[in-house]
Amino acid sequence: MIEATSLRKRFGTIEAVRDASFVARDGEITGLLGPNGAGKSTTLRMLYGVITPDGGSARIDGIDMLGETSAARAHLGVLTHAAGLYNNLTARENIGYFGSLHGIASEDLRERTAELSRSLGMDDFLERRVKGFSQGQRLKVALARALVHDPGNLILDEPTNGLDVMATRGLREMLGELKAQGRCILFSTHVMQEVAALCDRVVIIGRGRVLADGTPRDIRAASGADSLEEAFLRVLGDGEGIC
Amino acid sequence: MRKLLTVFAKEFLENLRDRRTLISALCFGPLFGPLLFGAMVSRMLNQSVIESDEPLRLTISGREHAPGLVRFLESRGARLSFAALSESGAREAVRSGTAQVVLILPEEYPSRFAAAAPAPVLLVADSADSQTRKIADRARLLLGAYGNGIAQLRLQARGVNPLLAVPVAVNEIDIATPTGRAVVVLGFMTYFVLFSMLMGGLYLAIDCTAGERERGSLEALLSLPVARGSLVGGKILATSAYMCLSLAINLTAFVLVFRFVPLERLGMSANLGAGTALEFFAICLPFVPLGAALMTFVASFTRSYREAQTYLTAVLLVPTLPIAFASIYSLKTHSSLMFVPSLSQHLLMTSVLKDEPIAVSDLIASAGSSLFLALVLIVLTARLWRRETMLG
Repeated sequence: MIEATSLRKRFGTIEAVRDASFVARDGEITGLLGPNGAGKSTTLRMLYGVITPDGGSARIDGIDMLGETSAARAHLGVLTHAAGLYNNLTARENIGYFGSLHGIASEDLRERTAELSRSLGMDDFLERRVKGFSQGQRLKVALARALVHDPGNLILDEPTNGLDVMATRGLREMLGELKAQGRCILFSTHVMQEVAALCDRVVIIGRGRVLADGTPRDIRAASGADSLEEAFLRVLGDGEGIC
Repeated sequence: MRKLLTVFAKEFLENLRDRRTLISALCFGPLFGPLLFGAMVSRMLNQSVIESDEPLRLTISGREHAPGLVRFLESRGARLSFAALSESGAREAVRSGTAQVVLILPEEYPSRFAAAAPAPVLLVADSADSQTRKIADRARLLLGAYGNGIAQLRLQARGVNPLLAVPVAVNEIDIATPTGRAVVVLGFMTYFVLFSMLMGGLYLAIDCTAGERERGSLEALLSLPVARGSLVGGKILATSAYMCLSLAINLTAFVLVFRFVPLERLGMSANLGAGTALEFFAICLPFVPLGAALMTFVASFTRSYREAQTYLTAVLLVPTLPIAFASIYSLKTHSSLMFVPSLSQHLLMTSVLKDEPIAVSDLIASAGSSLFLALVLIVLTARLWRRETMLG
């Protein structure tokens, strides 16, 4: 479970996040939806602890990211905005590097890598150097790297950005499986179709505030719109009004 | 500590597979110095051999006016060619290169000579050309010797002891040892050693910082449960390892090059065997973490590979400044200078080359100050990495 409670962050004179509170539950896919510059990435960065919030708290499975950073991180896998693999290392070495940095012993690491490779379908290219991998292959490696320590929670920052149709579809399937395993998945996006196709819950964020939080159906109903896109625009329009 | 070693192992391996890093760190960087050096010394050697073996070549105009002088020059092994040239014709011949040095014996030479008045000769040469300048110098020496001989004969003929005209007898004692003379030539070898060492770590320092950021892997790395100190430590350690490799290759190459360059023929002996190379390595070793930390620190501020390259090229020059300063002011080894990194290594290496004794306290001061500064920079870099702005 990932909890954001009254998260605030200011960069100079810009208030990137004003008051973000929401919960992403286990066994669910939660989508953080918002236009560019709404504060999605900053919120996620506070949740995975590379940015210190000015106020509020971020908790992973109830562990405070600020107070017990290492313990909280052990429960969390992160797929950052740019997958950022090491091109001169093989897929296995990329996964192994992060595994070792999580403190996993080499024997367990071997086993865990084999397991991830099987479930993500990476056996064909596990021993190849990442340079020249297709988008889909890179995504699999990045995902395996984020899951190497078997975390209960997974944060993905705009994971479908720049992916082709095949890779996007593959990612959806993988996220579906992870959800079925009972993990808590939180991802940010500005693409409406992804939310409709994937999410159990949607958190709409605009100008650094949470503007709506609920199932896609709830949000549509509350705003009186026919489609999620229409609902999104209405919610956001209200948001602009508040500011 | 285990995580630090994990980071080290990964950076070491990853860069070992990068051709660009390998070529610059382990080929160009360490081999450039020794090869340039070998080529330079060989050329110097050839030139000095040519100069002493080759006869003096002179073009003479107006030989009929001074047959005695011409005979003297020929008796001293000069290869003479003869031409009839006016002063302007001689200038033109030297300028165009048809003659290197022209000696004009004018019409009034015989009458002046007979009257025991200074008989004029005209030496036409181009002093901006190092080759002909040397020929002119040799010609001048021979002309002086001829003049002296004639003067002594004239004094004797008038019943005067010719020694009266030699009030001072100059004897020179050159105390330069062959090794000491070699140090002049080898003076900037220490610079190459330090330079190649830094080159060895340059690409690694960039790849570990700006490269990581440019690839987009930095944020994922920073989201791991690893202390920033371990990350920075591992990266600096990997950079240090490449610097050591580069240094070792560089020194080996120097030893090999000097085995094939016969310095003794220049009247020098290079105190540069495997033992000296090992001493050099030991002297430079404390500078390795300092260089690695400095480059990593600077590269950590940069956003891209390109930007990092720009700044680090400037950093490469920093250690050369004290050395340049020292050679301009010809500083002698002094204990207080041992606290200046790079300069202390330069001075210690020079002492080794000269076969001078080295005080243990100097060694400790040199290593201690370098290591202390390295530690300060490592702590500063780790602090920098704790800041949010690292994400870019």
